[in-house]
Amino acid sequence: MGVGIRTENLRKVYDTAPPMAARAGGFGFSPTRGADKEKGKKKLEVVALDDVSFEIRAGELFGLLGPNGAGKSTTIGILTTRTQPTAGRAFLGDIDIWAEPVKAKHLIGVVPQRPNLDFALTAREILLFHGAYFGQSAKDRERKADELLEKFKLTDRATHMVRTFSGGMMQRVSIARAMMHDPEVLFLDEPSAGLDPQTRLLLWEIIREYHRAGKTIVLTTHYMDEADALCERLAIIDHGKIIAHGTPKELKQSIPGGYLLRLRFNQTPEDLLAALRQLQSVTEVRSVDGAGADLYAGTGGPLIGPIVSAAQSAGVELLDVHIAEPSLETLFLHHTGRSLRD
Amino acid sequence: MNWKTFFALLARDGHVARRNLVPMLLQNLMQPLMFTFIFGRVMTSSGIMPQSYKNLLLPGIMAISMVMSGVWAVAMPLIAEFQFTREIEDRLLAPIEIGWLAVQKVVTGMTQAIVAGLVVLPAAWLVMGAGVNLDLGHSLELVLIAVLVALFSAAGGLALGCSIGQTQVGLMFSLVVAPMMMFGCAYYPWKALDPFPVLKYAVLINPLVYASEGLRGALVPAAPHIDTMLVIAALAVIDLALLYLGLKRFHKKALS
Repeated sequence: MGVGIRTENLRKVYDTAPPMAARAGGFGFSPTRGADKEKGKKKLEVVALDDVSFEIRAGELFGLLGPNGAGKSTTIGILTTRTQPTAGRAFLGDIDIWAEPVKAKHLIGVVPQRPNLDFALTAREILLFHGAYFGQSAKDRERKADELLEKFKLTDRATHMVRTFSGGMMQRVSIARAMMHDPEVLFLDEPSAGLDPQTRLLLWEIIREYHRAGKTIVLTTHYMDEADALCERLAIIDHGKIIAHGTPKELKQSIPGGYLLRLRFNQTPEDLLAALRQLQSVTEVRSVDGAGADLYAGTGGPLIGPIVSAAQSAGVELLDVHIAEPSLETLFLHHTGRSLRD
Repeated sequence: MNWKTFFALLARDGHVARRNLVPMLLQNLMQPLMFTFIFGRVMTSSGIMPQSYKNLLLPGIMAISMVMSGVWAVAMPLIAEFQFTREIEDRLLAPIEIGWLAVQKVVTGMTQAIVAGLVVLPAAWLVMGAGVNLDLGHSLELVLIAVLVALFSAAGGLALGCSIGQTQVGLMFSLVVAPMMMFGCAYYPWKALDPFPVLKYAVLINPLVYASEGLRGALVPAAPHIDTMLVIAALAVIDLALLYLGLKRFHKKALS
């Protein structure tokens, strides 16, 4: 039941502009220049993935979490036979994806970041032809298509051309199409980007239901709440590297203290930082750009008084305080020093 | 090789082509048929052109229609699918080798080219009115050349569709398509270039020359034309070269 995934030292270097899907929806890419730069070559080299190894168990709901341009879509691209790795191997069960891509394609369903629906067809035809590509009999595919149209609340628009659909409807057709051949592994690249809250909940429910049927699901997201609510295990990816992985609970527990207090001062002299480190339940203090500090602690609110006193006795003005409860957001900040939305 | 997937992909293209049949035929055949009317009917009836010009023109019109249909049928969807809509990924995820997907596109293009040829031949004949003397006795030659022409147009469409961007379509029309049509010996036999020796041999790099001359040889063997065996050999070489180039480009474009 279900098929697991394993990657070994995946590396991907783009020497031309990365494809749209990996280009963070067109919002630019964070280029990490390759080693050739030192040799004075002008050739563009974007290291999108750097030595990425991970394992996803059969039947698991796994999340890849990271900011735009982190390498999420490239990872999905490699696992779905669309992006050729520069080095390393990836397996679906026992199948080496890049040695036997056709076998791999039989096992996977893919919901891309940007809809890539067949614009020359109606919603129902898209599902029917997709079923036909995967060798389903006419009877099977008609039954399955009608079932999915019903489930995704598309029955009344089934015979309309998809190019007239709204973004949310296209997304639903994309997911229905990916499920049409009942794949063992379902990949969803940023599935809830641009969806309204109601459709998002419908989507979550559908993902959970598909997962209950014993299927492996891999999704990428940059929404913390989505990763937290849906995924059994997560890998956090940034600049092409996996920086942490585990269950959402494990990951949250790995943050020192749990609470994060983001403080802004007009200046941050060393004695102030030292005084902050002495406060009760504080586990870590990091200076941020000389004008603030990130303070990891076991509590949040009760620390405000002591922080104000420490600031006063150091002759520093406290400008702003933000308290974050233990969350994946604080985890991401802890590992990268950047907010996910940066 | 997964034949079920291959035929399902063909069925998809057939379905879409049937849905767009009328606009597609209009797009590919209006221009050649209007040309046929002016040069094959008006000019000949008024005596400006001799009646025998009809016989020279008709195979060329058929060649142009077939080539344009085949090239367009493959190149235009590919340009859009690879770039703007990315919908090629929908097909690339079908359980079939990437190369076979490109071959399937070529088969679709060939079919459309042959349909265009089958429609334009009687249509142009009708438009020209009386005085057309086609010799349909060389049907085997005709079929062989028609298939080779269809393959060249579809494979050319594949290579072209994987090589140029959406913004360059207009440029392609004026830099590739227009000269190809004018210097393709479609409106005149190759022999008519005798007074221009340099041009006469320069146009031989244009595959449309072989299409026009080949069809001329098969339909009006009495008219001057390049030797049919030579035409078949040249078309075969061009077909293989374009197919190789197209497949290579498609592979490169399909994987990132």
